[in-house]
Amino acid sequence: MRPITRLHSRTAVLPDENIDTDRIIPARFLTTTERAGLGKLCFNDWRYQTDGSDNPAFPLNQPQAKGCAILVAGRNFGCGSSREHAPWALLDYGIQAVLCSEIADIFRNNALKNGLLAIVLDDAEHRWLLDHPGIELSIDVREQVIALPDGGHIRFQLEPFARHCLLNGVDQLGYLQQHQDAITAYEQRMEKAA
Amino acid sequence: MAKTLFEKIWDAHVVAPESTDTPAVLYVDLHLVHEVTSPQAFSELRERGLKLRRPDRMLATLDHSTPTLPAGADGERPYANAEAKAQVAQLETNCREFGVELHGWDSNDRGIVHVIGPELGATQPGMTIVCGDSHTSTHGAFGALSFGIGTTEVGHVMATQCLLQRKPKTLAIHVDGKLPAGVGAKDLILHIIGEIGVDGGTGYVIEYRGEAIAQMSMEERMTVCNMSIEAGARAGLIAPDDTTFAWLKGRPRAPQGAAWDAAVARWTSLRTDDGAAYDREVHIDATKVRPTVTYGTHPGMAIAMDKPVPAARNAQEKRALDYMKSEPGKPMQGTPVDVVFVGSCTNSRLSDLREAAHVLRGRRVAEGVRMLVVPGSEAVRRDAENEGLHHVFTSAGAEWRVPGCSMCIAMNGDLAQPGQLVVSTSNRNFEGRQGKGARTVLASPATAAASAVAGRIADPREYMTEVAA
Repeated sequence: MRPITRLHSRTAVLPDENIDTDRIIPARFLTTTERAGLGKLCFNDWRYQTDGSDNPAFPLNQPQAKGCAILVAGRNFGCGSSREHAPWALLDYGIQAVLCSEIADIFRNNALKNGLLAIVLDDAEHRWLLDHPGIELSIDVREQVIALPDGGHIRFQLEPFARHCLLNGVDQLGYLQQHQDAITAYEQRMEKAA
Repeated sequence: MAKTLFEKIWDAHVVAPESTDTPAVLYVDLHLVHEVTSPQAFSELRERGLKLRRPDRMLATLDHSTPTLPAGADGERPYANAEAKAQVAQLETNCREFGVELHGWDSNDRGIVHVIGPELGATQPGMTIVCGDSHTSTHGAFGALSFGIGTTEVGHVMATQCLLQRKPKTLAIHVDGKLPAGVGAKDLILHIIGEIGVDGGTGYVIEYRGEAIAQMSMEERMTVCNMSIEAGARAGLIAPDDTTFAWLKGRPRAPQGAAWDAAVARWTSLRTDDGAAYDREVHIDATKVRPTVTYGTHPGMAIAMDKPVPAARNAQEKRALDYMKSEPGKPMQGTPVDVVFVGSCTNSRLSDLREAAHVLRGRRVAEGVRMLVVPGSEAVRRDAENEGLHHVFTSAGAEWRVPGCSMCIAMNGDLAQPGQLVVSTSNRNFEGRQGKGARTVLASPATAAASAVAGRIADPREYMTEVAA
């Protein structure tokens, strides 16, 4: 994973609450054995009309939402299945951060492991961002602060290890492998006890 | 110090404790694998030149992408598409190459991953169990800490048998009193999610306790724990007891002989100590639960079928009611039905099929209604056929299929058409979950069967008396 220290972009807003992983990427597309190329399927059944053309009612199809890398979504984003295809699809689509007052556990885990900034905000700040689509934000991962265009700031907190991995591009599997001796000792202890 | 059941299991699996800066390294006893969320993890291992640390702690099966119609005369299975077929072939190759036990097409034990783990006795109290599947919470019914993980983490477990985890909080759900006659585990869990909300369990491991839970069979407990994730909780737990031990005894992977006695002695201590504190506690009155269904597009939008659908409180709820064509002020009972699905890791075990068959015996699926019954595993299929349940279903006009996830996730070609209303014993009523534009109403097997007969959402208690076959 490449290190991520900052992200600067305008916001796109999907105000719906409980946007589940089936809406992010419908299950019928999970027959792939690859990680790549899922962006064209992101929000598929919401984004396209039956004839395959863009659905004008889908907020991210609005001209002002094009190119936005920060998504402000309604509460409990990413609920439902454990499919990592959801953050893979969002990243490939161009979304690099999701800001929300609550993010489903498994999705948040999966997102952070792929360098998709899943950031939980206070209700009031979340509400304000939902009400102000298209503003320029600058996310500073090191300082855990979001700079607003008027000079104001929103503070947030990432789980310290996730933040460390984002900032330094840490390979978490590599980190786990450093514990091989402790794992072996644990296994030996358990076998003795059984 | 007094500990909760969760804390006992967690503490026993810590390889390296968590600190402010780093999560715990947690050991995984059993890793369940299926074709959808594993291929990219196997690829990652290949790219890094890594082996599986403990292939003996893995168990794989085919369930999500698999057709539920049998192979044709030419031996070809009717896959939904070439990609689905290739995905299944990929898992077969991966398991062969990496040395993983696969319960594939030629196995007598193939089935939905969360059905076969317990059936084989691979799921045991006190274990940590993971799978690239959110309904791994099912195994919590045995007092095993079990949760869904993403594909990156699937790779972590493959290579190290461990996960990096922050300790979650604990939520006790006390289910006080007894469930009324004709009301079951599915009604209870839908009622609970309706009460605490679709995100009411986020950040928590739930422990279900109380009289109604203690009285439940293992199958019913699995139904309850299965849907913990639908309240946002990654795991649900029930303390193991004599019901658990009786269910597990003699299963292929369960301990035998003296090892069994030692295991039971160990498992008996797996309960929350008196005086142990939970982070949060909720009480549910079991005596108030009625046959319950969903009316919206997430499992938290659940209500007793005879109660009026509440008015939308915001734009999202309005959208959900519009999508479902649910009318505020009107009960769900009586809503016309197009498709009925009995199956999924929530409700595809033998007891579920018996419950549906009890209602259907001597009755017919209503004109114009399509009903699919999909057993959870080959073992369930065999047992059901030995009891003649398949004849009950086919005589009533339902389709009797080959085991798999089928219309729960609708990625194998089993799906509903746009606008169709499906009464489903599965676990998710998200928009499009059972096919683009399909409208899902979650319900118990009894409610599903009663609704198939009535052609409308119906109270199963009105169909509990058997009619002559």
